[in-house]
Amino acid sequence: MKQDIILAGVGGQGIISIAYVIASAALEEGLELKQAEVHGMSQRGGAVQSHLRISRERIWSDLIPRGEADLVLSVEPLEALRYIDYLRPDGMIISSRVPFINIRDYPDLETLLSKIREIPRHLIIDSEKLAKEAGSSRTQNMVLLGAAAGRLMVKEEGLPRYIKVLFERHGETIVASNLKAFALGQAVAAAADFVPASGGRTGRGGG
Amino acid sequence: MKPEILLGDEAVALGAIHAGLSAGYSYPGTPASEIMEYLIKAAAKTKAFVASWSVNEKVAFEEALGVSFAGKRALVSMKHVGLNVAADPFMSSALTGANGGLVVVPADDPGMHSSQNEQDSRFYADFAKIVCFEPSNHQEAYEMTRQAFDVSEKLGLPVMIRLVTRLSHSRSSVRPREPRGQNELKYGASQDWTLLPVNARRRFKGILDGQAAMVRLSEESEFNSLRLTDKDRSLGVIASGIAFNYVQENLPDLEIPPSLLKVCTYPIPEKLIRGLVEHVETVLVVEEGYPLIERSLRGFFGVAGKTIKGKLSGDLPQTGELSPETVRLALGLKPLERLDLGGFKLAARPPQLCAGCPHADTFHALNKALREYDKANVFSDIGCYTLGYYPPYQVVQTCVCMGASVSMAKGGAEVGIHPSIAVIGDSTFGHSGLTPLLEAAAADTNMTVFILDNSTVAMTGGQPSYATGERLLRMIEGVGVAKEHIRVIEPLPKNLDKNALVIKEEIDHHGLSVIVAVRECLEEAKKKRRSG
Ligand SMILES: Cc1ncc(C[n+]2csc(CCOP(=O)(O)OP(=O)(O)O)c2C)c(N)n1
Ligand code: SF4
Repeated sequence: MKQDIILAGVGGQGIISIAYVIASAALEEGLELKQAEVHGMSQRGGAVQSHLRISRERIWSDLIPRGEADLVLSVEPLEALRYIDYLRPDGMIISSRVPFINIRDYPDLETLLSKIREIPRHLIIDSEKLAKEAGSSRTQNMVLLGAAAGRLMVKEEGLPRYIKVLFERHGETIVASNLKAFALGQAVAAAADFVPASGGRTGRGGG
Repeated sequence: MKPEILLGDEAVALGAIHAGLSAGYSYPGTPASEIMEYLIKAAAKTKAFVASWSVNEKVAFEEALGVSFAGKRALVSMKHVGLNVAADPFMSSALTGANGGLVVVPADDPGMHSSQNEQDSRFYADFAKIVCFEPSNHQEAYEMTRQAFDVSEKLGLPVMIRLVTRLSHSRSSVRPREPRGQNELKYGASQDWTLLPVNARRRFKGILDGQAAMVRLSEESEFNSLRLTDKDRSLGVIASGIAFNYVQENLPDLEIPPSLLKVCTYPIPEKLIRGLVEHVETVLVVEEGYPLIERSLRGFFGVAGKTIKGKLSGDLPQTGELSPETVRLALGLKPLERLDLGGFKLAARPPQLCAGCPHADTFHALNKALREYDKANVFSDIGCYTLGYYPPYQVVQTCVCMGASVSMAKGGAEVGIHPSIAVIGDSTFGHSGLTPLLEAAAADTNMTVFILDNSTVAMTGGQPSYATGERLLRMIEGVGVAKEHIRVIEPLPKNLDKNALVIKEEIDHHGLSVIVAVRECLEEAKKKRRSG
């Protein structure tokens, strides 16, 4: 059993935090993991992505092969589409619908969303609305983590603990709003209609 | 000991600490910075060893060399191009040798994620004729660093650990072992460390005489391994460093796994290579970086009766980083089925200056002042301000290497460029801008140098800068720049007109001017606020 996840967003949107929470929960469950992330230049408002691989068996490559990812989880719709070719044909995409517009030629949002909808298994979330409901628009990354939580290989219940660890030093209010954002994401995803998985690729070691 | 999730960089740092490190030095640079960041945090807790940022990589290397002279263990790390800056002491350190273990860790950036080139540091190890370890995973990064100190002390030579971005910046779990203590103080011998020709000749002969033993060490290294199969002798694969993972990743899809040689210790293990090449018809060489092994294997004339495939043959791309996909194709496999956007073109999202960045205000003022000159050239340097290349600023015409802005502006000015302008950040100025400014001051070259003092090394994540604040101003004065032509501006939107005027005045001054733009980086200010 394994799961390959591409986390996507723009520098500063907190995808490394999403990765941290999932990776910590995976380590606690005794799973193997590799997480390749982007530091440096592109963190200045550029496109950033992280490859997160979790498995019961040994993981070789730090990068997910194109066509192997089970999930693209994105805090931003344009960035969600940037990594589509990593997805396997029955892979899933969970994306925020909230654009981060810091370039002049940002495409038409509706076109972007319709492109996401063309992927059979998709979920589009208004992360800004839910984050505000949770108390801070900065918690959008945790909304998306919540939305993905039920579809992760790690146990859903194991995640909140590391959200606490992550935000502890920022004080109780921030911990609480991030936990709430996570829960709101969970609720939206639970209510959403998803095309079920077709049962995984055959013929690949570990499946 | 319990496993920990670490970056590849951090695994190296922890390995060094556990090997009995006495001091670590570095200059910031992606993807190597996290090695020193980890060391600094650990040193702050235990106070057991020295860990500090240096003013540049050459200085860092020499500090480490001093530690080694003293018989103690030293680590020096840098991004790949940093080793160019430190190349002088690096090459000669192979002749002085190491007294205490000396481990040099360049982190390469294939694909140029955050760099101006993608040079391969293994060639430097080969050039200096020293042992090089190239970890393929995090546990190896930890183990090799520990072993590198032993090898360094056993051979009496510096040892290299070559990292690449994908390992440096990937996290995985590492199981550490029991740490050991540090060395006692024990001075090096002057006849070894004083590289007068008489000593250097003897030392170089010693290195040459030791090469055979180094090759043997590599052939026996636990990190190199040869697995031969008789089921299929058509193809054999040589894979080094993280390229080995990309081969492994694809093996389950091959009907018969080919004979495979993993190379993670250099010099090139000749016997193992021979063992593989003799066993198969076609050899595929997969290495991250430049084709080092492939080139040695192929030579001018190839290997009689064998086909050698790799980057030089065009079976793998010569530029950019490898990926599981490119290696998959080279292994003769079809691409995995995947989703696509059906030709829909996505807008690129290049990095850019933060909204409200002080550099932006400097650039607006500079652009405004330059409107009156049609032949101006802005020689830039490396830092956040290089992003002034992009719209809406489009003010930067060059970026080459640390410090080059000042020297290039001087060269340009001397053959007729006017206004000839250099733009350099405070940290880059401390790194390599001071020496060319000394020269420009002595010649009173007709040029204008901007030093953007945002009081940090912003581009690489906010490490401390030495050439900042009052010290920076004293440095500029100290090299002999006329006091009335050292101008300080505060880059803020409200000061646009005023600043543009200052800039124009200094451009019109015939001779050297230095304009220091002082305002703190926003990220740095945020960090300070957070930590109270
Ligand atoms: C030889 C070398 N060492 C390190 C780097 C990595 N690097 C890129 S920019 C930079 C320094 C930036 O600091 P500064 O000049 O103060 O500009 P800022 O980013 O703060 O605007 C560094 C260390 C490099 N490119 N080359
Ligand atoms: S990190 Fe600092 S220097 Fe760099 S773009 Fe942002 S504000 Fe400017």
